[in-house]
Amino acid sequence: MTTATRKAPEPETTGVQARSKISLAISGSGGAGVITAGEMLLSAAAAAGWYGLMTRSTGPQIRGGEAAALLTLAAEPVGLHSAQFDVLIAVDWMNTDRFAAELVLTPESLVIGDSALPDDAPAFAVDSGARRADMPLKEMATEIDGGRINMVAVGCLSALLGIPDDALENAVRAKLKCKGDAAIASSLDCIRSGAEMLPSVLDDAAAAQFRLAPAGQRRDRWLISGNEAAGLGAVRGGVRFAAAYPITPATEVLEWLAPALDRVGGILVQAEDELASINMIIGASYGGVPSITATSGPGLALMIESIGLATSAEVPVVIVDVMRGGPSTGIPTKSEQSDLNIAVYGMHGDAPHIVVAPNSIGDCLFTTQWAVHLAEDMQAPAIVLSDQFLGQAKSVVDPPANVSFITRRITADAPEPGYHRYAVTDGGVSPMAVPGTKGGQYTADGLEHSPRGTPSSRVEDHVAQLAKRRRKIEEFDYGDHWATVDGDGAVAVLTWGSTAEAVRLGADMARQEGIAVKTVNLRLLLPAQPARLEAELSGVDAVVVVEQSEGAQFHHYLRAHYDLPGRVLPLNQPGPLPIQSIDVLNKIREAIQT
Amino acid sequence: MTDTRAAVARPKASDYKSDIPPVWCPGCGDYTVLLSITKAMAQLALAPEETVVVSGIGCSSRIPAYTNCYGFHGVHGRSLALATGVKVARPELTVLVAGGDGDGFSIGGNHFLHACRRNIDLTYIVMDNRVYGMTKGQPSPTTEPDWDSALSPGGTGLRPFHPLVIALASGANFVARCFSGDPNGTTKVLTEAIQHPGFSFVEILSPCVTFRPEQRGWSEVVHPAPVEPTDDAAQAARRIMTDDGFNVGVLYRGDREPYRTARTETPESLADLEEEFAI
Ligand SMILES: Cc1ncc(C[n+]2csc(CCOP(=O)(O)OP(=O)(O)O)c2C)c(N)n1
Ligand code: SF4
Repeated sequence: MTTATRKAPEPETTGVQARSKISLAISGSGGAGVITAGEMLLSAAAAAGWYGLMTRSTGPQIRGGEAAALLTLAAEPVGLHSAQFDVLIAVDWMNTDRFAAELVLTPESLVIGDSALPDDAPAFAVDSGARRADMPLKEMATEIDGGRINMVAVGCLSALLGIPDDALENAVRAKLKCKGDAAIASSLDCIRSGAEMLPSVLDDAAAAQFRLAPAGQRRDRWLISGNEAAGLGAVRGGVRFAAAYPITPATEVLEWLAPALDRVGGILVQAEDELASINMIIGASYGGVPSITATSGPGLALMIESIGLATSAEVPVVIVDVMRGGPSTGIPTKSEQSDLNIAVYGMHGDAPHIVVAPNSIGDCLFTTQWAVHLAEDMQAPAIVLSDQFLGQAKSVVDPPANVSFITRRITADAPEPGYHRYAVTDGGVSPMAVPGTKGGQYTADGLEHSPRGTPSSRVEDHVAQLAKRRRKIEEFDYGDHWATVDGDGAVAVLTWGSTAEAVRLGADMARQEGIAVKTVNLRLLLPAQPARLEAELSGVDAVVVVEQSEGAQFHHYLRAHYDLPGRVLPLNQPGPLPIQSIDVLNKIREAIQT
Repeated sequence: MTDTRAAVARPKASDYKSDIPPVWCPGCGDYTVLLSITKAMAQLALAPEETVVVSGIGCSSRIPAYTNCYGFHGVHGRSLALATGVKVARPELTVLVAGGDGDGFSIGGNHFLHACRRNIDLTYIVMDNRVYGMTKGQPSPTTEPDWDSALSPGGTGLRPFHPLVIALASGANFVARCFSGDPNGTTKVLTEAIQHPGFSFVEILSPCVTFRPEQRGWSEVVHPAPVEPTDDAAQAARRIMTDDGFNVGVLYRGDREPYRTARTETPESLADLEEEFAI
C-alpha cells in the first residue's frame, strides 16, 4: 500500500508570518468530487487542531451542474467566510463563472486551474488580478491508475496550507473506507502528486503567504453540520419519533435521525408527503412520544393547516424548517431568511405557537432541543427556523454543552372521574391523558371544544379556550434563552438566525473603531418578548435591523410586535449572498452619523 | 370484597358508547355503523383505554367522540397519516380509523394509497354514502357520473373511483364491503378486520338520507357475496371489478408482513450517538 511521505512545510524557514486564517474554494462540475475534497481537507485540518467551516454552493442540477466547496480554516472557531477568498482551485472550469458573485478574489488571492486549459478561466478570476499557479491537473490524475482530479487538488491545497500528512491520510482513509483499498491508494498517490507539483508552479516565498500557523493546543472538538446538530438536539430533547418527506436543504436532518432514532429505540417513518408527515407526528405525540419533522418552505406551507390542529388539539410537535430561497420552489440549494412570515403568521385563526431560531451551527443543537422542551411543556407546536447556511455547513465546534431542561409534558396519569382534557387552568396548560391511561379517554379535536373536549360553538367555550391556549404560551418564562445580547451602546443591532455571525463580527469591527454597539439576536421569535427587548433597548437611540430577506420580513415583524427607539436603519438583502460583516459595519457607521 | 363478576362480565356495546349525542340526521346510516363498531369492540372485549379511534372531517368523521375510547378528530383527509403516527409510536394500542368517502378518497386519496402500501396494523372504516354530507350534498369520488347537484349541474361525468380495487392494488391486507343496515353482518366483518394483522379496509355502504334519500333503497339490493373470500388479490380484484357493487362480506384476506415497529431491545445511549462527531 502506498502512503504519502511528503513532509509538512516548515513555516519558519520562509520568513513570512504564517496566517491564522485562510479561506479557500474548490470548484468544479457537479459530480467532480469538490465537496468530498472539501470535507477531507476540513476533517484533516480539524484533526490537526484547527477550527474550520465548510459550506457548499451548488446549482440546481443534481449532477453535472456547478459545485463549490467553500472553506475557512483558522486557529479560532469560524462562523462565516470572509468576503474575499484567498485561494480558488478549479478541478475544472465548467460553469465556474456562475460563482462570480459568491467567489470574490483579489490581487492577493491565488488561483489554481488546469495549465492545459489556461484560457478557460472565467473573467472574474482573470480580472481579479489574482496570482495564477496552474498545473496539469487532469494529466496528473490520468497518470495515476484510478486517479481523480479532486484528489490532486486536495494534495496541492494540503501542501500549500501545511496540513500534516498523517492527519490528511487518516481523513482520506475514513472518507473512502467504503470505496476500498484501491481507491484509497490511488487517492493518496494523487495527493502526493499534487503536493509535489506545487513548488514547481509557486515559489516558496509566494507559497509561504498561504501557510497556516501551526494549530494551538489540541482540545476536544466536534465536526458537525447544523442539520446534524438539529437532529441531535431533538434526540437530546427526548424525541423518539420522526416523520420525513425529503426536501433540500432539510433532508440531512431526517437522514441523520433515521439511524439515530433506531439506535436509541425510536423510529422514523418516511411519509408520502408533508401533509402526512405533520399528521404522523401529531398522532405519535398524541400517543405520548415526543415527535419531530424537518422540512423547508414548500413543505412548511403544506403543513400549516395541521400545525393549527396541533395548536387547537394541544399536541406538542416540533417542525424544523431549514429555509431556502423562496417563494415557490425558489432556490432550493441556497439560504434565505424569508420564511419568517409564514412561520409567525401562516396559520388561520388565532393560533398561538412557538417560533425559535438557532443563531449558529452549534446552536442548532441547543435551539432544537429547547424547542422540544417548549413544545412538550406547553403542549403546542414549535417551529424551528434554521436555514440552508446553518443546516448544510459543516463546522468544527467546541462540543456543545449538554443542557438538561427540567421541563416535561404534564400528563394526567390517574385521572379522576369527570376528567377534562382541556380544563381551563391558570397557566393554560391542562394535564394530558395519554392513550393507555384508564379513565382518561377523550377525543382530541380541531373543532373548538368544551373543557371536556366535546365540539362546541358556544361563545364562552371559544373565548375560554382561545385565552388558555394563548396564556400558556405568552405567560411562560423563557428565561435568558430568548435572545443573545452582547455589548452596550447607543446603537443597537437587531438580528436573528444565521445573520447573527455577520452582526457579531461587524459589531466587533465597530468597537475597534471606538463605536459603542449593542447586539441583540432573537432566538425566540414567537411569542414576542416586548418587555425584555424594551429593557435591552433603553438608552439606545439608533437601531440597525439586519436580515436576509428582500421583503424586510424581520423589520416588519419588529414593527408589529415591539416599539423600536430612535432611528431605525434596515439592512435587508435577499439570499443567497450572505450579509457580510463589512455591510453591518457600514450600517453602524451610518447610524452614528446624523 | 370487590365484585369479581363485574370484571369478568362480557362487555356490552353500550359500554363503548359515550354520552355525547350524535349530530347526525335521523335515519342516517352512520348510527348503525357506530352500533356495529361498538358491538365489535364488545365482542373483542377491547379495553377502551387501549383503543384509539381516529378520523378526519365529515358527518361520518364525528364517530370518535361517540365512543368512550381515546379519539382524535383531526383535519379533513389526514386521518390515516395521524393514525399511522399513533400506531407506529404505540404499537400495543388497537387503532381504528373512520371517515367518509370524500375524506378518504378525495382530499385524503394519497394517504389511502400509502396506508395500504405501508400495511400498518390499522382498521380503516369508510362510511361510503357517495356524497359530501357535511357540506350539504356535493359529488364525491364515488358518486355516479350523472348525479345532479348545485356544484356539478348535470353530474360530474366522471367515472366513479373504485376504493376496494384501489386498496387491493395498493397492498391492503384485508378488504371487505358491508352495509350499515346489516349491523350483525357488519359487526362480524369488523371483528375480523380488527383482528387481522396489517392494514384492513372495510367499506361500509351507509346511506345519506338527507342528500341521497334514494339510498334508502340500498337495503333492497345488498346481498351477501356469492363466493368465499380469496387470498389471491388478482382474483379478488377481478371479482370486485365485475360485481354489482352491492355484495357484502369479506372479499380478500392477505398475509403480507405488517409494517415494522421500533426496536425495543437494548437501545444505545446518547453518548454512543455523539461519538460520530468527535474529532
Ligand atoms: C381542508 C378542508 N377543505 C374542505 C372542508 C370542508 N368539508 C368538510 S366535510 C367535507 C366533505 C365530507 O364528505 P365525506 O368525507 O364524504 O363525509 P360525510 O359528511 O359524507 O360523512 C368537506 C369538503 C374542510 N373541513 N377542510
Ligand atoms: S347529511 Fe347525510 S351523512 Fe350527514 S348526518 Fe345527515 S344523513 Fe348522515
